[in-house]
Amino acid sequence: MLGGIDLRGYNRAMADDSAATSRGFTDFETDPSRYRHWKFSVDGAVARLALSVQEEEGLGPEYTLKQNAYDLGVDIELADALQRIRFEHPAVKSLVVTSAVPRIFCAGANIYMLGKSTHAFKVNFCKFTNETRIGLEDLSKHSGVATIAALNGTAAGGGYELALACDQILLVDDGNSAVSFPEVPLLAVLPGTGGLTRLVDKRRVRRDRSDIFCTIAEGIKGRRAKDWGLVDEVPSKTGFDAAVTRRTDAAAAQSTRRAATPVALPRIGLERESDAVLRGRHVELRVDLGARVADLLLSAPAADEPVERAAMLQKGAELWALRAFRELDLALLALRLDLPGVNLVRVRTKGDGAMVARVDAALLANADDGFLNEVRLFMARTLRRYDLTAKSFFALVEPGSAFTGSLLELLLGADRAYALIADDCGQLAASAMNDGALPMTHGLTRILNRFCGDERAASAARKALSAGALGVEDAEQAGLITMALDDLDYEDEVRLAVEERASLSPDALTGMEASLRFPGPETADSKIFARLSAWQNWIFQRPNATGPGGALTNYGQPTRPSFDYRRT
Amino acid sequence: MSLDDRIPNNVDLHTDRRLQKALEQWQPKFLDWWMEMGPEGFQTKDVYLRTAISVDRDGWATFDHVKMPDYRWGIFLTPEERKRPVGFGDNPGVESFEEVPGEFRNPLRRLIVTQGDTEPASVEQQRLLGQTCPSLYDLRNLFQVNVEEGRHLWAMVYLLHRFFGRDGREEADEMLARRSGDPDKPRILETFNQPIKNWLSFFCFTMFTDRDGKYQLGALAESGFAPMRRTCQFMLTEEAHHLFVGETGITRVLRRAAQLAKEHGGDVKAGGGIPIEMVQRYINYWFSYSLDLFGSEISSNSSDYFAMGLKGRFDEEKKYADHSAREGFLEVPVVEDGRITIRQTPLRNAMNECLRDDYIKDCEAACKRWNRALEEEGAEQRVTLPNRRFHRHIGEYAQHKFNSAGELLTGPDAAARVAAELPNAEDEAWVGSLMKAVTKPGAFANWIAPPKVGINSMPADFEYVKL
Ligand SMILES: [Fe+2]
Ligand SMILES: [Fe+2]
Repeated sequence: MLGGIDLRGYNRAMADDSAATSRGFTDFETDPSRYRHWKFSVDGAVARLALSVQEEEGLGPEYTLKQNAYDLGVDIELADALQRIRFEHPAVKSLVVTSAVPRIFCAGANIYMLGKSTHAFKVNFCKFTNETRIGLEDLSKHSGVATIAALNGTAAGGGYELALACDQILLVDDGNSAVSFPEVPLLAVLPGTGGLTRLVDKRRVRRDRSDIFCTIAEGIKGRRAKDWGLVDEVPSKTGFDAAVTRRTDAAAAQSTRRAATPVALPRIGLERESDAVLRGRHVELRVDLGARVADLLLSAPAADEPVERAAMLQKGAELWALRAFRELDLALLALRLDLPGVNLVRVRTKGDGAMVARVDAALLANADDGFLNEVRLFMARTLRRYDLTAKSFFALVEPGSAFTGSLLELLLGADRAYALIADDCGQLAASAMNDGALPMTHGLTRILNRFCGDERAASAARKALSAGALGVEDAEQAGLITMALDDLDYEDEVRLAVEERASLSPDALTGMEASLRFPGPETADSKIFARLSAWQNWIFQRPNATGPGGALTNYGQPTRPSFDYRRT
Repeated sequence: MSLDDRIPNNVDLHTDRRLQKALEQWQPKFLDWWMEMGPEGFQTKDVYLRTAISVDRDGWATFDHVKMPDYRWGIFLTPEERKRPVGFGDNPGVESFEEVPGEFRNPLRRLIVTQGDTEPASVEQQRLLGQTCPSLYDLRNLFQVNVEEGRHLWAMVYLLHRFFGRDGREEADEMLARRSGDPDKPRILETFNQPIKNWLSFFCFTMFTDRDGKYQLGALAESGFAPMRRTCQFMLTEEAHHLFVGETGITRVLRRAAQLAKEHGGDVKAGGGIPIEMVQRYINYWFSYSLDLFGSEISSNSSDYFAMGLKGRFDEEKKYADHSAREGFLEVPVVEDGRITIRQTPLRNAMNECLRDDYIKDCEAACKRWNRALEEEGAEQRVTLPNRRFHRHIGEYAQHKFNSAGELLTGPDAAARVAAELPNAEDEAWVGSLMKAVTKPGAFANWIAPPKVGINSMPADFEYVKL
């Protein structure tokens, strides 16, 4: 049980690919008073997260969480803690991630949990944990909170990957504690949380050494771990705490974190109205599992939404920009993990687009305030979660819609956009928020990405958008709308397109969309997701991992894996 | 003239704004096409034509003299008395589709466009024939076929306009942009790019190629997509006349050949007729080209169409007990290692072959009637249908050569032996030399016998076309 919702049906329901009725949705909201697995403390400028996984408190009943290994519930707490550092603890300038369990930092994702999960769950679990790790890096890079992994015990697999997501890694030199990637030699799968990419891209561990490191199950410890660049420092057991403090204080002293007053994040608690509707204040998700389609509706801010600094700070967590995107975030997570039967999402907006533009402008104008800057960063992360969600998104521009500024990003990020031509038809408009404040994982703006990096086409479209609100026919001309249709055609065309799409193989669509959504350059982040969705998912499906003779299947069993040694 | 008078229909055109708008734009383009590619030289003449103005017994064949550009091309769906569910495929028994299900949009559009493209194509193929008509009766029949092929185009365009939105309108425009035999924008199916240079070819075409249409329409008339089913049913009522023109045309050519042979000591040419063996070569040519239209013997497309409930077998509902066709095989002869061997083909993948089987049986019956006519005329010679493997361009046999008996030919002379059974340059020259217009009411060219009865029971010297 987590947050009062029974999750026992979780994996069973995942196996039944369209059933999301009469059972609980995963609760992605928590708060420190309810943490089971992390000890979270703040002391002045330093926050501390110590992992202490409760073996019997896993999300599912069919496994225990031994060795400080994590499952989704553990990661939900980690993600929550990182948000709270951003919003509730503006004085924090460095974060220590460590363990409260002797001799073991973290053994990674729980193998038995993975073994018992459906493939769809594994994929979305990995996606979520990756987003959390990238959020940890983003916390350092964009919010000025230095992150230090204090490995006071062994960090294996996902445990070391978590450390790799921190700026600095200290590994206790006790003759025993090691960092390791046992996935390949022991389980015949890959480290699934960006470890391979970060090893070479971020820490620049020489390629041949990385190669060795990834094939020795027991890993590397002490002096050699430092020599190879796997960690930054290997203090002795007695000197460990002092070394951590020294680095933490030094990092805090250099922090550029912007000043802010703390803003508490209250629980959102999307309302569930029957099984078919999830409703927040600004976001509504309606599900039609029979049609494999969901409708996502976002409302623009009301006319009295504050755009003056003082009033905005006053409103805090109830600011439209934060509240609406938190709700959107929860809706996306529900779509991913609890609504596997939904293949396509129709995305609509409503309300006054001009208000969105005013809010966007106010957020950017007051970016020197730590809180308001965090709001914008949160919007950016949520939109990246949208880009990385394995559902088809069709944006629908209809009378009364508000695809402006930050909400326009939803249209630009969608796989297609249909618009109804009518007298009072919806209009598109840009704000300064569309010019780089909400980048995608591979670093492009969504406008530039829409035109596959063609700067001329993108800037022409951007110019068209800034000349005031753009009617849908002009927007079609500018390449921002896939099809603008009059009332004679619109309904039928959209219905056909939606039905057609929802009838295609969801696997092929996932791969196709992931390939088409990110033209242009790669970054470490985008590589991580691409590798995850291609290699990791493929390997997880292979008999050598999950067949009867597979290593993952036989892990912990008396039988040895037997491989098909033919190379693909 | 009201809209419903201009475009007779039973599809509530006057209340369907979308359809009106689409047709308003398309109709002028259609008329331009008709003037450019329709029958050359007769557009201002009064022709005794039947027009469908409604679907009831009195309405579907209203006869009158009209100028072809004034022909009232209409849109008709055969009414259905009872609710008819999807009759075959993976989901038999579910309600028929009244709108296009999104997941079937592309296959359905492909079926409609492929069928629709043949209609204007045949008009283009036949556009010069009027100038060499063997009689006013035949000239009128040619034009009747032409305007009805035009109406069949309308029927398919209706489906595109009504159910396929913008894509459908673009496809409908494309139908008018393609041209039979044009190297740059040819018609979709190769048979419809073959020129029809003389009336013997015209009769063969309406006999064999229009008959393919009958079977394609018959298979679509079983469709779970109700508007297509009903459209095709109505088209079939018109198609029957085209087949009649073809079959009786060949009968009359053969009869005349037998008569002339008798009169000229066996030398049909001396009497100015078309020898029976020459007719045979034309039959070989058009029958084989028409067989291509059914597609590959083993086809996953045909299996998909069947599984989706979009295209059934001929008379699917009446003739078959098992409408899933999941079990069972059809024995399809294929060529392997230089020999013909039987391949057990899952029934669903052999749907094209099922349809071709029915078609061949139908053609064989016509062939029997031709031979009966020859017998009546006291001729010894008979005509036959070539084997289905002969002279094929599509499917299992396209890569090999067969003679008309269906035997695999392998030697260096294989191509020549195939060619020997097809019309040659001399045949074309001879038939061409006979093509002289006969336009006196009641008169017929010497190479063809008159018909037994007139159209709509009109007298022999009726002025079918007022020149
Ligand atoms: Fe036709
Ligand atoms: Fe016809």
